Amino acid sequence: MASTNFDIKTYPGFKAVTLLCLIVLYAPLVVVTIYSFNASQSLTNWEGISLRWYADVFSGPESSKFKEAAKNSFIIAIIAATVSTSIATLAATGMVRGGKFKLRTVSFGLISLPLMVPEIVTAVATLIFFNSIGFDRGIMTILLAHIAFCIPFAYLPISARMQGIEDSYEQAAQDLYATKRQAFTKILLPLMMPGIISGFLLAFIVSLDDFIITNFVKGAGVETLPTAIFGSVKQGIKPNIMAISTMLLGVSVVMVTISYFVSKKDNTK
Amino acid sequence: MAAGAASGGSATTDTYKEARTWLLLPAWVTLCILILAPVLMMLVYSFLTKEFRGGVIWEFSLAAYDQFFFDRGLFGDDPPKIEWTYIAIFWRSIWQAGAATLLSLVIGFPTAYFIATRAENMRPVWVFLITIPYWVNLLIRTVSMKFLLRDQGPLNDFLINIGLIDSPLHIVNTNFAVQLGLFYSYLPFMVLPIYAAVERYNFNLSEAAADLYASKWTTLRRILLPAVKPGVIAGCILVFVPSMGSFLAPDLLGGAKNFMIGSLIEEQFKGNAGNWPFGAAASMILLTMVLIILMIFARQQAKAEKSGG
Repeated sequence: MASTNFDIKTYPGFKAVTLLCLIVLYAPLVVVTIYSFNASQSLTNWEGISLRWYADVFSGPESSKFKEAAKNSFIIAIIAATVSTSIATLAATGMVRGGKFKLRTVSFGLISLPLMVPEIVTAVATLIFFNSIGFDRGIMTILLAHIAFCIPFAYLPISARMQGIEDSYEQAAQDLYATKRQAFTKILLPLMMPGIISGFLLAFIVSLDDFIITNFVKGAGVETLPTAIFGSVKQGIKPNIMAISTMLLGVSVVMVTISYFVSKKDNTK
Repeated sequence: MAAGAASGGSATTDTYKEARTWLLLPAWVTLCILILAPVLMMLVYSFLTKEFRGGVIWEFSLAAYDQFFFDRGLFGDDPPKIEWTYIAIFWRSIWQAGAATLLSLVIGFPTAYFIATRAENMRPVWVFLITIPYWVNLLIRTVSMKFLLRDQGPLNDFLINIGLIDSPLHIVNTNFAVQLGLFYSYLPFMVLPIYAAVERYNFNLSEAAADLYASKWTTLRRILLPAVKPGVIAGCILVFVPSMGSFLAPDLLGGAKNFMIGSLIEEQFKGNAGNWPFGAAASMILLTMVLIILMIFARQQAKAEKSGG
């Protein structure tokens, strides 16, 4: 019986397709990582392992541009992720612990709006908006745009987590004369921490990685890492771009991995 | 959107009912000011007069939409004919996004199915493996893809070295490269909803079909597919919608011949064409198309839920 059951569930070739899928997903990233260590000046020939392109990123002719861009990117990502995670945490509490209310569907639609509107449309709309109110483009416009579109990315893991936490803990606290504010800060927030950290990290990556919206709302001369990379790539892929890409790729993978393990952690037990 | 099901969920309580408005206010304000108001302002701009070198003059005009749909000759006084240039660009975007969606479905469905039929504790690991690349910068992924596929790139080197081909395949700057790039950009959006649907599927149904002498593929087609259809449709929409408006894959992998909506819009704000109302109008048309697709989808999902799906 067990073997027939197994048989019914398995289709020939599905495993092969899955493996093919993983190869397609990872091959470009692996190849770029490998070639970022290439000692050769040319992209095509392999001349052994070296760190020269990493050194080039930090001290080469373009290093000041990349340093400035990296600084902007990280400042924006940290602030945008912090603000959007705070907003998302409050919103998730209102949505998940706020009972039934008329504007619930509308609120959820509003929160997921940045996911539904194509990114290029958000980019155009944001540029036009800042232009129409006479707001000069620069770091501030990038930051505001990032805060807005990071909200759903922070909201989803947070609200998912909150739905998994029974409110009996908060009820118990209130039975013991804790105020609602205390029940929130002393009980719910600590229980929510894995979801909040996970949401923060996802928002951080989304901000760090954004190109399209940043490219529209950044002022002249202000660059983030993705826009600086795009500018360089337009003149052809160079080995130093592969080194910088590999580093950025590493940051994303580490962050997502942390987010994955943190969100799996169950601290209600 | 895929997570909509998760948040519409059951476990809502009213512990903080009194504070609800204050809790939601920051999100409402931020999103209304920074997303909703901009989209409305974009709608307004699409009906304004263009200022050369970017920007607008505050004068009502239908010129942007007129330019999109009608050709009035060089001096604008010929009888209007349908202008096919921009419609063709939209059509190409739809076609490319459709091809990328199909490619994602053909690869994504078996993958999602395979993952959903693994041991329960292994499924999250597989899902994680599929989603990691999604979190890597889209620009870097697209550049990596271009590097891999180049005429002198590692893929062609590899194929020549193992003797499969004699001269390099020209993949970059073709339609196929764009489709591959879009597939690569959005594949997890296809896999995740299908995975979720297959995971909920009751395999006793397949077993019953097998007991009645249905072949495996008949069972797949007649029993499993109808049951997981909402997941498949969700996956297709989640790949199709962002593909249609994408900018990086067509720009970096497609070259000038494979212009898509995203590039057309970008050019209005960055390049020398610089026609803001026209860019706003093209964005509005794109947004309208996307919202129509999403509305049809939402209605179908609601219907499926009502019929006990």
